[in-house]
Amino acid sequence: MIKQFFQSRLSIACLVIILLFTLAGIFAPYIAPNDPYETDLMNKFSSYTREHPLGTDQLGRCVLSRLIHGIRPTLFLSLLAMAGTITLGLVMGILAGYFRGWVDEVIMRVVDVMLSFPSQIMILAVVALLGIDIRNVILANIFVKWAWYARMIRTTVIQYTGKNFVLFSKSIGSGSPYILTRHLLPCIASELVVLATLDTGWTILNISTLSFLGLGVQAPTPEWGAMLNEAKNVVTSNPGQMVAPGVAIVILIAAFNMLGDCMRDAMDPREVRN
Amino acid sequence: MKYYIIKRVMATFPLLLGISFLCFIFINLIPSDPAEVALRLSQVPIVTDELLAQVRADMGLDKPFLMRYLHWLGDTVRLDFGHSYTNPSRTVLGELARSLPNTLILASLSLVLVIALSIPIGFLSAVYKDSLFDRIMRGFVFMTTAMPSYWIGLIFMWFFAIKLRLFPISGNTSLSHFLLPAFTVALSYISIYIRLIRNNMLLNMGQDYVLYAQVRGLKDGMILTRHVLKNSLQSCITAIGMSIPQLISGTIVVENLFAINGLGRLCIASIFNRDYPVIQAYVLFMGVLFILFNLVFDIIQMAADPRLRKES
Repeated sequence: MIKQFFQSRLSIACLVIILLFTLAGIFAPYIAPNDPYETDLMNKFSSYTREHPLGTDQLGRCVLSRLIHGIRPTLFLSLLAMAGTITLGLVMGILAGYFRGWVDEVIMRVVDVMLSFPSQIMILAVVALLGIDIRNVILANIFVKWAWYARMIRTTVIQYTGKNFVLFSKSIGSGSPYILTRHLLPCIASELVVLATLDTGWTILNISTLSFLGLGVQAPTPEWGAMLNEAKNVVTSNPGQMVAPGVAIVILIAAFNMLGDCMRDAMDPREVRN
Repeated sequence: MKYYIIKRVMATFPLLLGISFLCFIFINLIPSDPAEVALRLSQVPIVTDELLAQVRADMGLDKPFLMRYLHWLGDTVRLDFGHSYTNPSRTVLGELARSLPNTLILASLSLVLVIALSIPIGFLSAVYKDSLFDRIMRGFVFMTTAMPSYWIGLIFMWFFAIKLRLFPISGNTSLSHFLLPAFTVALSYISIYIRLIRNNMLLNMGQDYVLYAQVRGLKDGMILTRHVLKNSLQSCITAIGMSIPQLISGTIVVENLFAINGLGRLCIASIFNRDYPVIQAYVLFMGVLFILFNLVFDIIQMAADPRLRKES
């Protein structure tokens, strides 16, 4: 599977794009040509110069620097939200699928209620309750999304606990923690990675949308959604402001979506591609 | 069939109760004290502890949790959501009713666009699979899944409203104000349904009944429109129907971008103003809408497809 995955040039290209974004985000202070917070009102809306490769915004701040620093909240917070979602979903799903009985009943009923509620509305409700803050947006994302993972993981766990190799391991006296981590986790892992990759795109979209509405990352911090929110106010006079952050979001999300599709194809070669 | 409908309707009640309970918990978790808010609304100059206790007793806040829930549920069923916190002279119901028409216009306009565009495009991409048209449309579908709707909206706003001056930039006074926002909302759904219809068509085109129809000597165009399209649309109609509440809730971003006074704008404004009764009513309204549309279109699908009826 891994070999087949790396044979596809497209998937490697996506992986490289994501890696480049990640590295740029980690080393943002060293790569960015200027301070993303430094304002220069005499020099606002300047076009592309050597000093400011993507021009400056309405306060004269360097757009490229803000874009690079913006990777941190945009990409890393989405990854953080995904990590939280997967951890919670994994714990709940394994508990429900492995131990069954009343634990399963309780968890799955909660999951049913969570899934019957529209996720976007639920995120807004949680943010409204906890207050407007990026930390609450991440909590809301985890709170809304874990149920999907719990259900998927539970199904897979149930499917594998009946398999002979698990029964054998049980019969020679392996404890539950050993079986869970050494036998069941690897079986779930590949499916989980695909789902998580596809969902990362969704999460980036979601968090940046909330920032655009002003509910997530707050004003001076550079974040792509928030940058577009500022660009919205000057769309009549300086429409160029919306190009850079928008294109960056599209490239990043497209890379995640494409990577997820490639991984799914690599995992399941039987699937007819149409 | 009758048995199925009854069973399905009965199963809806616990879900509705669950959602109303969630909304009730929501209003109970908020950091502000309802009694204090009530006093502030009636403009009592000094809030004393005795006064607070008295108002609590009057409002029934000292009663057990479950009693309060039942009381609240009774009010809610009669559509009495109380008054807005930020604007005490207005009822929550009035606020919702004032914003609902704009959102409904926007959502129905987008629904028309979704149906009018996705079905023909999906049909053509399946029939002319791998042609230039199909490849362009596949690229379009892929791109729209990666584009945030607020960015698409901004581009539309700039290009059609500012550059070409074809449409007004923002507001909600005439129908032309709604066209750009409706298209923005519709775009992501259009790409979902293009893909769905295309895949359904391709699946159906490989079925035996198509071969049989060809053997019978029917014309290709006839087979495609009368048989394949009809079968492919069945699951799409249900999916589109169930996405109507999603369209209504999905207008939040676009309403804020194009300054349309609808439910979504009311919701976001209420979050900023901490106007909890309005948020609660909005969440409850959306939850009920989702459940009802799911119910109706489940039954419609059952009625439309005899194969499903046999299985149950």
